[in-house]
Amino acid sequence: MPSRRAHLNATIALAAALSCGPALAQKGETVKVAWIDPLSGLMATVGQNQLKSFQFMAEHFSKKNPAGVKFEVIGIDNKLSPQESLNSLKSAIDQGVRYVVQGNGSGAALALIDAINKHNERNPGKEVVYLNYAAVDPDLTNSKCSYWHFRLDADTSMKMEALTTFMKEQAEIKKVYLINQNYAHGHQVAKYAKENLKRKRPDVQVVGEDLHPLAQVRDFAPYISKIKASGADTVITGNWGSDLTLLIKAANDAGLNAKFYTYYGGVSGTPTAMGSAADGRVYQVSYNHYNMGGETAKLMADFKQRFNDDWYTGATYHAFALLGEAMARAKSTDPVKVAAAMEGLRFKSFNGEVEMRKGDHQLQQGLFITKWQKADAKHSYSPENTGYTFAPVKQYDAYVASTPTSCQMKRP
Amino acid sequence: MESSFFTISMLNGVSYGLLLFMLSSGLTLIFSMMGVLNFAHASFYMLGAYVAFTTAELVGFWPALLVAPLVVGGVGALFEKYCLRRVHKFGHVPELLITFGLSYVLLELVQLVWGRSAVNYRVPAALDGPLFTIVSSSASGLDFVWRQAPAQLCNSVDPSVVVSCTQFPAYRGFMMLVAIFMLVAVWLLLTRTRIGLVIQAALTHPETVEALGHNVPRVFMLVFGGGAALAGLAGVIGGNAFVTEPGMAATVGSIIFVVVVVGGMGSLAGAFLASLLIGVIQTFAVAVDYSLVNLFSYAGWAITPETFGYPVLRLTVSQVAPILPYLFLVLILIFRPRGLLGTREG
Repeated sequence: MPSRRAHLNATIALAAALSCGPALAQKGETVKVAWIDPLSGLMATVGQNQLKSFQFMAEHFSKKNPAGVKFEVIGIDNKLSPQESLNSLKSAIDQGVRYVVQGNGSGAALALIDAINKHNERNPGKEVVYLNYAAVDPDLTNSKCSYWHFRLDADTSMKMEALTTFMKEQAEIKKVYLINQNYAHGHQVAKYAKENLKRKRPDVQVVGEDLHPLAQVRDFAPYISKIKASGADTVITGNWGSDLTLLIKAANDAGLNAKFYTYYGGVSGTPTAMGSAADGRVYQVSYNHYNMGGETAKLMADFKQRFNDDWYTGATYHAFALLGEAMARAKSTDPVKVAAAMEGLRFKSFNGEVEMRKGDHQLQQGLFITKWQKADAKHSYSPENTGYTFAPVKQYDAYVASTPTSCQMKRP
Repeated sequence: MESSFFTISMLNGVSYGLLLFMLSSGLTLIFSMMGVLNFAHASFYMLGAYVAFTTAELVGFWPALLVAPLVVGGVGALFEKYCLRRVHKFGHVPELLITFGLSYVLLELVQLVWGRSAVNYRVPAALDGPLFTIVSSSASGLDFVWRQAPAQLCNSVDPSVVVSCTQFPAYRGFMMLVAIFMLVAVWLLLTRTRIGLVIQAALTHPETVEALGHNVPRVFMLVFGGGAALAGLAGVIGGNAFVTEPGMAATVGSIIFVVVVVGGMGSLAGAFLASLLIGVIQTFAVAVDYSLVNLFSYAGWAITPETFGYPVLRLTVSQVAPILPYLFLVLILIFRPRGLLGTREG
């Protein structure tokens, strides 16, 4: 009796609509978010931490978000490989997931963008939205930008913009050495460092440049003696994970007293390696730091208490703040409507008001320069119980670090 | 090349080579004695570092230097007795697979016990800091100063004289010392003692040795435990020189196989030679910023970005330095399959 059932459905729908009101149509819905990043292999430590961060934030935002939805995070291991990421994406879509987050490695990010573009074109009504929380290759929001991709981290060009604006005022910098991982990200860091320094500090000399294979080097002592021989007083590096940890450790051992300007000094393992030997010598540029105060301080303390680990991926907060806000505006959890609502959205996050720029889907946000030093009363959070912390030395507003985009976005 | 740079690079190369030797000697011993290619060897190294970390927290570094290898050796011996021995009769593949499985089990265990992030395993205070400083001055040449050189030595008063100080960490010196001590001890044990003779005889004539009343399975258990203990010792030394984290086994896993193959399967002297070669070559390669483009331009060929294969031709020696050992491995397998000093064929 199809007509009768249709009638029944309509009645239920009407009753539901009347009881909730159309403004809160999405209220109480569960939004599944698939996390696609490494849980095994060399970068597993970082991945494990970030999955916990996402689950922790999902719990936090399920309690209070303007859309009144519940968030659920499903972790899928992509083994840091672009190919595996595609399998992971397929598995996520099969589980009915419409929101995907990923961040470690721009290679995997690029593969996901491609696959999601194709999927959305071929499966209208089943679109997937991709939130990129850490892959910072500027190409992802320039030549390879996509309507379905939203980046929550600040890209390499933005971070270098802030970093060199800071370095401009440091008169003691005379000779700079660049050491980076030999793949897209490392190349971009070196490229923007050279360009920006030429523009802002033409007197600074780049005395050497090294590119080493990703996660292959165990002994950085030879690189350190090369840096030493070059007479550099400053090192710029985009290294992350074990590559940064071992680099700084070797520098400490050899008594190299150059200053290090890094992107990822706060990531798992590196604080321990820096310890007291790197006191006052390591700077980091990031959209967050360990001593933000306010709500973040409470969240960090809770996270540490629960997992005995540090919450350093602030973009996990951005992700749910953005989704919650956009779902409330769109009055729906449908990715097509939510994506449209996220464009140009301004919302309040832990580092002030931020904006998801409409032209390229790159989050515009303030950046911090922090320095590794002994934890004190004012900067008390100590990562990995080292007794040291990253204390802010400079804060840049979003417009200072903002960089132009060449994105020609195709809109559906 | 500047002479102080040469000296420090040589020392870096040799000390890294010696650490590689420490890492791989156990593997090569187990292989030559028992014919088992132990995939879990790097995991024993990791276990050694973690056990040493806990022991050092409780009673200090020096006891840890003794305790950690014993614990790891014990784990290795038990594994041999209760697992490896049982699959021995099924041939090489099950043996290989069970050690492969062990490497996963050890990784999970380490993460369960010590967590997934790095632990703060530090170099002992007595060995922290520089062993000596090389003071190189453009006026008076090279000079060595024990421990830290005073600041006035490193700053030149005369602006026309360039002075630079380079430190060599004391801990790297200690690493070299332990590696050499280990080499001598193992060599003496195998060639000059009764147990060494029994071990060597058990390799080639196990039935005869058994008929003479020796317990051959127990000999094998000792060998496997001993090999594991050597890896554990390398862990005690390497864990604080580098970083003690769950990824550390994966970081060294591939390189130790390179050392063993290049040196010659089962040859302790070969492993020693190969480690030193790899350490020194890799260290010096980092300093060479020349690529094939430079080489061809000497020969008069102009190479432009339009030339076929430019991205490969442009790679400098320093960029490929960390993967040179693998190139070395491939060349050795092609031209001298038994390795530098190996005695077995293929």
